[in-house]
Amino acid sequence: MTNGDDVILRFRDVHKSFGTQKVLDGLSFEVKRGRTLAIMGPSGTGKSVVLRHAIGLMQPDSGTVEVEGRDVAKLRGKELAELRRRMGYLFQEGALINWLSVGENVCLPLRENTNLPDAEIRKRAEEKLALVRVENAWDKMPSQISGGMKKRVGLARALITDPEIILYDEPNAGLDPEISASINELIRELKVRLGVTAIVVEHRVNCIKTVADEVLFLEKGRPLVQLPPKEFFASRHPRLVQFLGTDPD
Amino acid sequence: MTAALRFLNDLAAGLGFQLELLAQVVVRLHHVPRRARWIADQLYQSTIQTMHVVLLVGFFIGMIVSLQTGIELARIGQQDQIGTIVAVSMTREMGPFITALILAAAAGSSMAAELGTMSVADELSALEVLSVDRVRFLVLPRLVALVLAAPVLTILCDTIGILGGGFVAQSQLNVSFELYLDSATESLRDLGTVFPLPKDVFGGLFKAGVFGAIVAVIGCSAGLNARGGALGVGRATRQAVLVSIIAIIIANYFMTWFMYQG
Ligand SMILES: Nc1ncnc2c1ncn2[C@@H]1O[C@H](COP(=O)(O)OP(=O)(O)OP(=O)(O)O)[C@@H](O)[C@H]1O
Ligand SMILES: [Mg+2]
Repeated sequence: MTNGDDVILRFRDVHKSFGTQKVLDGLSFEVKRGRTLAIMGPSGTGKSVVLRHAIGLMQPDSGTVEVEGRDVAKLRGKELAELRRRMGYLFQEGALINWLSVGENVCLPLRENTNLPDAEIRKRAEEKLALVRVENAWDKMPSQISGGMKKRVGLARALITDPEIILYDEPNAGLDPEISASINELIRELKVRLGVTAIVVEHRVNCIKTVADEVLFLEKGRPLVQLPPKEFFASRHPRLVQFLGTDPD
Repeated sequence: MTAALRFLNDLAAGLGFQLELLAQVVVRLHHVPRRARWIADQLYQSTIQTMHVVLLVGFFIGMIVSLQTGIELARIGQQDQIGTIVAVSMTREMGPFITALILAAAAGSSMAAELGTMSVADELSALEVLSVDRVRFLVLPRLVALVLAAPVLTILCDTIGILGGGFVAQSQLNVSFELYLDSATESLRDLGTVFPLPKDVFGGLFKAGVFGAIVAVIGCSAGLNARGGALGVGRATRQAVLVSIIAIIIANYFMTWFMYQG
C-alpha cells in the first residue's frame, strides 16, 4: 500500500442510464495515488455523474467503481462511512445546508460525527475557511452569500476531515480570476504537500494546467482521449480543437 | 380515474417507507437530549406559528357545535345539556382532529417543502457524503416536535372551543354561562378504566400525539423523496398534505374504535 504507484480510483466498464437516456457507456479509467485527473467535456455529458459514482451516491447499472480496490457499490453502513470520511466532495452548487450558517456548515461533519470539543471544531473550521479565502462570513446564511462564496464554503466543508481523496466538481465556476487562481493553487498544494488523490471536473484551461496530471475528455459516455495536459492542449484531434476553440484562457 | 389509481399506488408504496422512517426515529430516540435546540426550534415553528389559526378555528367549531345541537336540544327542553355535548365532542373528536388538519396544512407541508428543497439542491446528497445521519439530523427533531406540539395545540383548541360554545349558549340559547360550564366540566370527569385520568380529555390528547407523528412522518418522507426541481417540491408538498389528511381520518376511526368500543 505504500507503493506510490497503486491505483486509488478505478472505473471499470461503467454503464449508467437514466430511463432511456444513456449517460455512461462503458467508461473505464484509473487514478493513481497522489495524482489528479481532470475531466473535461460538454455540458450534460455526465461529468457530475462520474463523481457521484466515485463516492457511492449513484451505483452503476453494470461495471464497477473501485476506491482503494474496494467496490464502492458493495460497501454498506460503517465501511462506507469510513471510506467517505477519507473522501471529500465539492458539489457543483456547493450544496450548503440552507438553514445553517456558513460556520455551522463547515463544522457540521465534525459536530455530527466526532466528540471533539466545540472550540477545537471551531478552530479547525476557521482554518479551512481561511484556506479558501472566506473571511468574516461565519454567521452569514448561505442565502446571503454569492455563488462563488458558497462554492468555497463547500470546499472548506469538504476539507474539514482532511480527506485523502477529493472530488471537485467545477471548483472554479463562479470565481473571479484572482480567487480562482488561489483556489487552483490550494488544490495543487493539497496534492503536492499532502499527497491528495483527486478528480477535478473543470473547463478552465488555467486550472487544468495548474492541477492536473492527466486530462480525460468525456463525450457520449466514453473517454475520447486521456492525455497529460501539455499534450492534451497541443492535440490536433478535430473534436478537441472544435471544443477548446480559441479559448483565450 | 388513472390519477386516482396512481394516487392509491403511491399511497401503498409510501407506507413502507414511512413505517421504516418511523422505526428509524424510534431507535434513535436516545439522541433527543442532544437535539434539544433543534426540537425547540421546530416546536416553536409548529406551535407559535399555527396557534392563532387553531384558536380561531377552535372557537368557531365550538360555536357551531353549540348552535347546531343547542337548537335541537332547546326544542325538547334539554338545553342545559349543551355544555356536555360541546365538551365531549371538542375533547374527544373536534379538538384533536381540527388541530391535526391545521398541522398537516401548515407544519407537514412546510416539512415536505423544506426537506424537498434540500433534496433537489443536493443538500441531502451532501449529508450522505459527509456521513451525517439524515434521520437523526432532520427527521427526529421534526417528529418529536410535532408529537409534543399536537397535544398542546389540542388543549388550546378544546379550551377555546368549549368557551366558544358557552358564548353561543348564553347569547343565543339563553343558557347561563355558569350552568353551561358546570355541565361541561361535569361531563369530562369520567375517568378511564385503564388510566385514572379524565378519559375524554386524555384520549383526545393521545390521538393528537399520534396525529402529530403521522403528519411529521408523512411530511418528512414526502420531502426526502422529492425529485426534480421546484416542480418536485410542489408535488411533494401537495402529496404530504393529501396523504396526511387521509391517514389522519383512517387512524382516527381505528383509535376511536379501540378507545370507545363496548
Ligand atoms: N438523478 C438523475 N436523474 C435523471 N437524470 C440525471 C440525473 N443526474 C443526471 N442526469 C442526466 O445525466 C446527464 C449528465 O448529467 P451531469 O450532471 O453529469 O452533466 P455534467 O457533465 O456534469 O454537465 P455540466 O457541465 O452542465 O455540469 C444529464 O443529461 C442529466 O440530465
Ligand atoms: Mg456537472
